[in-house]
Amino acid sequence: MHPILKLVVQRIALGLVLLLAVSLLIFAGTEALPGDVAQSILGQSATPEALANLREALGLNEPALTRYFKWLGGILTGDFGVALTNGQDIGQAIGQRLGNTLFLASAAAMISVPLAILLGLVAARYNGRWPDKLISGVTLSTISLPEFVAAYFVIYLLTQVIPIFQPVAMVFPGMGFWEKLQAVALPVIVLVLVVLAHMMRMTRAAVLNVMQSAYIETAELKGLGPMTVIWRHALPNAIAPIISVVVLNLAYLVVGVVVVEVVFSYNALGQYLVDHVAKRDLPVVQAVGLIFAAVYIGLNILADVISILANPRLRHPK
Amino acid sequence: MPDLLEFKNLRIEATSYPPGEPPRDVVLVDGVSVSVAKGKVLGLIGESGAGKSTIGLSAMSFGRGGVRLTGGEILLNGRNIRGMDAAGLRALRGREVTYVAQSAAAAFNPAKRLMEQVIETTLHHGIMGRAEAEARAVSLFAKLGLPNPESFGRRYPHQVSGGQLQRAMTAMALCPKPDLVIFDEPTTALDVTTQIDVLAAIKEAIRDTGVAALYITHDLAVVAQVSDDILVLRHGKMVEYGSVADIITAPKQAYTQALVSVRSIDHQEKPEAPAVLSVQNITARYAGTNFDVLKNVTVDLPAGQTLAVVGESGSGKSTLARVITGLLPAAQGRIRFAGRELSADLAGRTKDDLRELQMIYQMADVAMNPRQTVGTIIGRPLEFYFGLKGEAKRKRVQDLLDQIEMGKGFMDRYPAELSGGQKQRVCIARALAAKPKLIICDEVTSALDPLVADGILKLLLDLQAREGVAYLFITHDLATVRAIADKIAVMYRGQVVRYGGKTDVLTPPYDDYTDLLLSSAPEMRIGWLEEVLAHRKMESAGN
Amino acid sequence: MRRIPLSALFGLVMTGAFLFCAVFAQWIAPYPLDAVTGKVWEAPSAEFWLGTDTIGRDILSRMIYGGQITIFVALASSLLSFGMGAFFGFLAAVRGGWIDQVLSRVVDVLMAIPSLIVALVVLSVLPISLPVLIIVMGVLDATRVFRLSRAVAMDITVMDYVEAAKLRGEKQSWIIFREILPNALSPLVAEFGLRFIFAVLFISTLSFLGLGIQPPLADWGGMVKENKDGLIYGKAAALMPALAIAVLAISVNLVADWVLSRTTSLKGGRGA
Repeated sequence: MHPILKLVVQRIALGLVLLLAVSLLIFAGTEALPGDVAQSILGQSATPEALANLREALGLNEPALTRYFKWLGGILTGDFGVALTNGQDIGQAIGQRLGNTLFLASAAAMISVPLAILLGLVAARYNGRWPDKLISGVTLSTISLPEFVAAYFVIYLLTQVIPIFQPVAMVFPGMGFWEKLQAVALPVIVLVLVVLAHMMRMTRAAVLNVMQSAYIETAELKGLGPMTVIWRHALPNAIAPIISVVVLNLAYLVVGVVVVEVVFSYNALGQYLVDHVAKRDLPVVQAVGLIFAAVYIGLNILADVISILANPRLRHPK
Repeated sequence: MPDLLEFKNLRIEATSYPPGEPPRDVVLVDGVSVSVAKGKVLGLIGESGAGKSTIGLSAMSFGRGGVRLTGGEILLNGRNIRGMDAAGLRALRGREVTYVAQSAAAAFNPAKRLMEQVIETTLHHGIMGRAEAEARAVSLFAKLGLPNPESFGRRYPHQVSGGQLQRAMTAMALCPKPDLVIFDEPTTALDVTTQIDVLAAIKEAIRDTGVAALYITHDLAVVAQVSDDILVLRHGKMVEYGSVADIITAPKQAYTQALVSVRSIDHQEKPEAPAVLSVQNITARYAGTNFDVLKNVTVDLPAGQTLAVVGESGSGKSTLARVITGLLPAAQGRIRFAGRELSADLAGRTKDDLRELQMIYQMADVAMNPRQTVGTIIGRPLEFYFGLKGEAKRKRVQDLLDQIEMGKGFMDRYPAELSGGQKQRVCIARALAAKPKLIICDEVTSALDPLVADGILKLLLDLQAREGVAYLFITHDLATVRAIADKIAVMYRGQVVRYGGKTDVLTPPYDDYTDLLLSSAPEMRIGWLEEVLAHRKMESAGN
Repeated sequence: MRRIPLSALFGLVMTGAFLFCAVFAQWIAPYPLDAVTGKVWEAPSAEFWLGTDTIGRDILSRMIYGGQITIFVALASSLLSFGMGAFFGFLAAVRGGWIDQVLSRVVDVLMAIPSLIVALVVLSVLPISLPVLIIVMGVLDATRVFRLSRAVAMDITVMDYVEAAKLRGEKQSWIIFREILPNALSPLVAEFGLRFIFAVLFISTLSFLGLGIQPPLADWGGMVKENKDGLIYGKAAALMPALAIAVLAISVNLVADWVLSRTTSLKGGRGA
């Protein structure tokens, strides 16, 4: 087997092991902690009989390990169970909302990725001069804001000071693509703002790191122009760090999306999760938590695999 | 006919940013006037901070990291290139002047094949077509002694050795047929036996192509082999300028004389004495590997004398030090020290074992805790081993500072406030503080400039005469060995290939490796390089 | 004494002011926490400097009390995360072997998912109270401190001066406290600032989601939640606590940046 293929397979296998460990953590986190599920559903005033019945119905009397494997087996076959609060099928509820979340996240990614790379390159090109200082200053302050704070500043600015948007993002199944896009404009702006700063700063650092290499000086001393130096010598080496920066920051979107959905009452996975945490609806929390974790881990694996593939030392072994 | 390159009263400045103080301008080079004729080689020589690389790069009107060319003229092919616009500079860089860096490993782009990079300049300036450029590159590879010149260019930089990369970089510099090549310490990072081959290859290539060169190095013996003229620099100013023969046989300035006579300490081998350290049949390997770094090593070190362990990188000489100190317990063999058996593992040794066996490191910078004062650094062993406190400790620290010729006023300074030589002296004092029977010196002079290194060696010899301490002296440098050793062990690939008294080891007949090693150490006379190459028995270890 | 740059000075002064208000909230706040003293969403006036909130309470007073809670919880959890993270990080670096392996793998798993998601999962079971919030946030954040202090300590343990101390026969406590710790301090102090900001943002986010500080206590995140509906009618009440979060975070960031740059300039000066 080619050594690079081996590394990639190893990395993916490691990711799967990690995902398994995380599923165990999520399950243990909700099952083994001192809170009693039946009690928290029914409240303090519940009769012992009612508690016993509910425990029986939830299968809580079985050993934890058995329940874990049942749960995991169910998820692997697409059966997420039913919500405690309303008996709804969780898989179905997730299905609708996952689409909305992905729509929002990918719209934000489409805008923020090229913008962040562009701004990062500009800042690196003018390192230490005013365009760099301006971009770095602005992004430093947006990095210091939690997502919901950024969201309300944007809402106030774009619905009150300059009223061009609606403060609520409602998406209905029957809406057309452009209507949908219009509806999510505000949350997308917020998400872009939140992700852009991190992504841009890391892109800048990655490019600067490459630009400081001795081989860039060699290229300059060959008499090559600045664009040729960047294009021919910097970019082939910067592309891997930039891509992995981008992918890592897409993982930040996972968190951003949860909060932003709540802010805009956007009916999607994050909102669904937060609602059911408050209602202590464990099967829903477990299922949605695992989905978020899987996406996050998946993106991290992707970032690592890309940087393995882009490394000339690995692609062309001795 | 005007000279190819002429500096007239060159002045170079940079801005320094000392922490906690306002930035200030510092003069790196001042008042340098020198010229290079077509086809001639000028050697620039000096210690670190002399401004030699800065001057070299100024021949392409290039200032590294904020360095500014602020005064004088740089005449290249008859026109002043200082202050020339970017387009003009791009047209001359790589066409009229090319550059060979000290670390070719860093100077090659890791993502591109060697051939692409070697012919890039040639194609970019439109000097030749691709086929012709590739043919020229292959012939240069062959001339520079690279293996399989036809296919060499298809490799990536990480796929070839350091010595080969340095030659490839020379090929890259020569490919566009420039008028001038700047060689910036091209062999300094290489092992001594590899250095000589690369040096010979560079010299031959310069001669065959008729190109002129600026050859920058800190080693006078090296520059004497390749140059026609030599310019000696110190603190950015010219010290002496003349032909190679004048500079090395009849230097006029005191500084040049010191550089020429450096490493000529005369040390007589001491008579036999009972061993303080006896290493017997040591075999060692690092955890998780299946390769013996040391194989059946046996050496003795007489009390109060110096055993020099000499070898190239990877010979196992530093591993031997780790085994003796107990950091890497040996797999087999015994170590006897001061008449008793030493536990193989550090944890099994007594406080006296530890006290009597001290160590000094190559990089004094990282051998001292930057957050402790000199007084604390030297005082700690006094406190730890002898329970000295307060005034008694302070007095003893001052004694030790006097012994290393540093005197008063250093006790409360931090390592960052000392020069390189002073740092190494403090490390010596820390070792002495323990009243050891043996000090292991691991390449203690190789990071220092030659004159400073000489001072350290003299100090070590003085201390040995006074205190009767023995040294296990690890080095790759034969001149240092000659200066300090009573006994010598030559190491090659984890084995001792030659061991004995200094006179015996350095007297023929030699085994093949010792011959290679001894003959590779540059000597300060014209024609040495050719002589050596003519009768060597063994190919260099790096090839 | 070196000069303090303007940005760091601003950061220090603002951080100090926030801490002062938090400590002396009871004496500074013009009105009690829960007193309904005005009409709903009054505009700022001489009586109510920042206006009133969704049921007519003085926003300034609630923000001062809210700052007390926010800063207290953030400080407690960052102290916890810092203590745990630094202790285990150093332990892993100095001892190595299986201790390092076990600790590092546990941290890997905890860091494989965003902290917010883990917190949500855990808070769906545990009762939401101050100690629970502090512990959950502290433990989750300790993973980052662990990684940093382990890396910093690893960098230092390979230095020759640590080896020299080992060869001298020094005890492990001397090596950790006298050789490693003094050199690890600056990056760790800067990291403490960053952990504190993160804790402020984290608790604010949780409160905003309704899963953090519970009424009748008020904190800044919760205040944004209480007043968010006003924004639609052009009432800026929700922006006041939001602004407080932002200013505190930026101030501490500036101080941390300054501490970090001091460390690097020290390193740069060493080689000269």
